[in-house]
Amino acid sequence: MREITLSKAVNEAIAEEMRRDPSVFLMGEDVAEAGTPFKVLSGLVEEFGTGRVIDTPISEPGFVGMAVGAAMTGARPVVDLMFGDFIFLVMDQLCNQAAKQHYMSGGKLKVPMVLRTNMGATRRSAAQHSQSLHALVAHIPGLKVAMPSSAYEAKGLMKTAIRDNNPVVIFEDKLMYNDKAPVPEEELLIPFGKANVRREGRDITLIGTSSMVQVAEKAAEMLAAEGISAEVIDPRTIVPLDEATILQSVRKTGRAIVIDEGHQSYGITGEIASRIMEKAFYHLDGPVLRMGAMDVPVPFSPALEDLTVPTPGGVVENARRLMRGEMFDAA
Amino acid sequence: MAKAKSNTEEYLRMYSQMVRIRTFEDNANQLYLSAKMPGLTHMYSGEEAVAVGICEALTDQDRITSTHRGHGHCVAKGAGFKEMFCELLGKAEGYCRGKGGSMHIADQSHGNLGANAIVGGSMGIATGSALRAKLQGSEDVTVCFFGDGATAQGLWYEVMNMAALWKLPVIYACENNGYSEYTRTDEIAAGSITARAEAFGIEAHQVDGQDVLAVNDLTRKLVARARKGEGPFFMELMTYRYHGHHVGDINREYYRSRAEEKDWKENRDPIIRFRAHLVSEGLATEEDLDALNAEIEKDAAEAVAYALDAAYPDASEVDQHVYAA
Repeated sequence: MREITLSKAVNEAIAEEMRRDPSVFLMGEDVAEAGTPFKVLSGLVEEFGTGRVIDTPISEPGFVGMAVGAAMTGARPVVDLMFGDFIFLVMDQLCNQAAKQHYMSGGKLKVPMVLRTNMGATRRSAAQHSQSLHALVAHIPGLKVAMPSSAYEAKGLMKTAIRDNNPVVIFEDKLMYNDKAPVPEEELLIPFGKANVRREGRDITLIGTSSMVQVAEKAAEMLAAEGISAEVIDPRTIVPLDEATILQSVRKTGRAIVIDEGHQSYGITGEIASRIMEKAFYHLDGPVLRMGAMDVPVPFSPALEDLTVPTPGGVVENARRLMRGEMFDAA
Repeated sequence: MAKAKSNTEEYLRMYSQMVRIRTFEDNANQLYLSAKMPGLTHMYSGEEAVAVGICEALTDQDRITSTHRGHGHCVAKGAGFKEMFCELLGKAEGYCRGKGGSMHIADQSHGNLGANAIVGGSMGIATGSALRAKLQGSEDVTVCFFGDGATAQGLWYEVMNMAALWKLPVIYACENNGYSEYTRTDEIAAGSITARAEAFGIEAHQVDGQDVLAVNDLTRKLVARARKGEGPFFMELMTYRYHGHHVGDINREYYRSRAEEKDWKENRDPIIRFRAHLVSEGLATEEDLDALNAEIEKDAAEAVAYALDAAYPDASEVDQHVYAA
């Protein structure tokens, strides 16, 4: 199978959907000729013109709000939010407006829009361009949240998102735009709420989101060398969440570590860990561990920044302790 | 009064729609005062000529976005009493199956994209609806209703800029009722409000919001031009809210005088003024109009009685409509 970058996968997904459905259009800052700072959207304006690939002023609440209105009246906007950190600027439009229209109207209004944005630290971009804020939107009923872990997922989840009749937020890891993965040339739609078991194992379940899937896979390789068999699960979408696949795995292995790049406190890791404890408690041989980003603003200095995110070495260390039956008490 | 037209039917419809709004609000207020309505509501009484003057210049294909003070827009855009009262009382037959309530009534069948409980919260939605119309080559126009209080929200300036850049068919209708919740507008708004729209190159008009014909004439002209791609436009409609910020805001002398309220109600009431016009022009008699009023009151009383007896949504609906299929 051919290999393409995550960036190319996103571009292809949007282009294919724009060809298929004339109601799909793109808007955001520097999405047209510039193709975004990450060049993810390069070439689209040449094919679809400035009528459907719309450069906006730097007015995030304004253009996200407009996407909501366009979606409510029959279009399917794909909105580009240049950095995930800017999601704080658009919270009212996303969480009070987009997320609630269908419910508040008793099912009459629909908001079929996609907000694509990014996440991920270690790019030396400091505290306002490095955050992974998916937990904020995952908290709000009415929004769906996808977290592609490779070019394959990036393409398949984006196409599904564009066809979904709800507001979907897609977080792409900005450090993975140039990473290649096999992606079929044929139509690729990945269903929401269906996790992918990336690697099967017996002893411990590693649940990772986005780039943390790679971290989990590297950890699994290292653990295999020590005779520990780790299963790696990529939920692909955190809303909806495929609880069944996760629980099935943990019932088999009896141990779990949840790895995610959002801040550890009040985040995705805690949510998944508590669902496991509520529903698979008697299958567990130890506490379910959370590994999120440190609860600090992302620092600039590489010497500090690299300390804030989960690493394969850290996962391996925690897995070893779980296997040894250590209790992880504060003492 | 602005220059008269000859279309009696249109005039009587405008009168009737204004009376329908006033009657709806009087009944809603009674439901609140008699503790039959859950929560609070914001009365539109006094501002009827704005909603009716504007909505009578629109078709069902034209969209509006509304506000927390939205019953007037909803009635003016064609909604029925029964479904509205059911919604106010949280009943299953309400426009939103009781899930939205007073501040979120949406009536898509008449182009009402919904009231919005965030002040200024629908400015993006309205402008986005207009962007969709332009992208898809549709002829519909979107009117964005908001109050003077909402002119303090940054979102308005962002979307006005884009609407002007892209010549979108949207009309921003600022209902200036003189008060931003419990604060006089001159205490929250620096400079001129029309000048703010003009700064983006948007043609701005100030109009007497108590004169339904003036509002309607202006809106018809602007809608026709917006359909031809000459938009966006801005209207500041000078009006007055008879009640407090919401129905529970009873003692309000600390921010406005009874004399001021009395003056607006007695000397500038949009319904009294238009009624006098209809009679003096010989378009209707006092008896005709009394009969019309009585019919509307009967409609409202029946709708209230129906809504009070109507069923609440089944408990199984609580997690329905979170996501669309």
